[in-house]
Amino acid sequence: MPEKIIKTSPRLPEDAIVSVTVDAGDPFVHEISAGQYVRIVDLEGNQAVDTLFYNAHNYADRYSAQDTIREQQNIYLTTGTKLISTERNVLLTIVADTCGRHDTLGGACSCESNMVRYAIEKRSMHACRQTFLKGAMDWSQHTGHSLDKRDLTANINFFMNVPVTPTGQLTFADGVSEAGKYVELRAEMDTLLAISNCPQLNNPCNAYNPTPIQVLIWNADKADKSIHV
Amino acid sequence: MAFLNSSVLWEETLPGSSTWSHILKRGTALRLEALEDNCNVGALLLNADNFSERLNLPDTLKAQHIARLTTGAVLYSDMARILCSITDDTLGWHDPLGGCSDRKLVEKRYGASTYQAARNHWHQNAFDGFLIELEKYGLNSRDLMMNINFFSKVEVHDDGSMHFIPNHSKAGSAVELRAEMNTLIILNTCQHPMDPEPVYAQRPVKLTLKKVEAPGPDDICRTSRPENARGFTLTERYFL
Repeated sequence: MPEKIIKTSPRLPEDAIVSVTVDAGDPFVHEISAGQYVRIVDLEGNQAVDTLFYNAHNYADRYSAQDTIREQQNIYLTTGTKLISTERNVLLTIVADTCGRHDTLGGACSCESNMVRYAIEKRSMHACRQTFLKGAMDWSQHTGHSLDKRDLTANINFFMNVPVTPTGQLTFADGVSEAGKYVELRAEMDTLLAISNCPQLNNPCNAYNPTPIQVLIWNADKADKSIHV
Repeated sequence: MAFLNSSVLWEETLPGSSTWSHILKRGTALRLEALEDNCNVGALLLNADNFSERLNLPDTLKAQHIARLTTGAVLYSDMARILCSITDDTLGWHDPLGGCSDRKLVEKRYGASTYQAARNHWHQNAFDGFLIELEKYGLNSRDLMMNINFFSKVEVHDDGSMHFIPNHSKAGSAVELRAEMNTLIILNTCQHPMDPEPVYAQRPVKLTLKKVEAPGPDDICRTSRPENARGFTLTERYFL
């Protein structure tokens, strides 16, 4: 395994315009404008953060896992990764990452997939797709913009470690994250962000202990404006 | 695996650069056979009785701990039911990672070529083919999902890098999908988006529709993993 790229951010928490704590099992749905930065902090370590992104003006144009990994010819997301949409737009760029590697093949847990993966009796345990559906319903009701099950496509799992081998095996390994690690993205377009802070208790993606995360948002800084004319 | 009691319903040839769709009925199977070397067949699958349920490749891969598709693997919907299972495969690897080509990629790699100039040899792409076919069922770009590329192989190295393996499939390579649910399947025969070959090629596949027996207790897909046994149970309950 090559050395992971670790890049810190110059942005300070006290300058953020939004700072919220999202408990495990809760959604966080929020619009960010082109040029703004969003940071997700793994407060206590080894917490999977299931995340979807949409073009804020057209939810049909949304994060595409296959296009993102094919464009960079690598299945892991880290600093420099451009998150590509189904219409092949760059939604966001990862600009800082102190964890070094994030997954986009493992998808989001659901009551239904828990029945297949663990036991049929697991159906009633909380799962990310319950959270995403609740977040989408609330967002639709709040804004009048339709966001529903059809829009819950293959997501990113920030801080999650899902290695693939040259023989075509895929495994869920222990987390590579620790308390305080973060990933930061710059929105290249106006973007809708939908997070499910993963409640999974059946596998090591949360070290069997789902914990809160922090989401911070900063406005575009002046230096950026001169770069992105 | 030969189905002793299977019977062929019909056969047809799907030309290269083409899109095809059909509602596979539970109890039938679709066999895809490459008619030339280096074929590629992109595929989308949806529950024909409720289109909001569709192929979920992340669930498919993580339930079976695989990043390739071959005999014994099943294709899960987002509702943890099995749309189709792979009952036979001569190749050992079909790609769930590479996605589909689009207009810009095709123009960049092969050059632009319009229908006006080239008639049915014009340069088409899988993304537009999928979208047009989805529209025929009242579906649209919100109904796109991660697609499979049958007959193609993308290997992932330890550093996460993705490598398209050229010359993977040969004429005669075949894979068979048994429908465990009534499944809208959409196929597209454009080249794989990571295929570095600089020449635009239209490579046909043979499609065979069959009636097949229901999977028994010893079925290779049911017994390949305990997860799949539960997947079959949940799928069978859906039809009770």
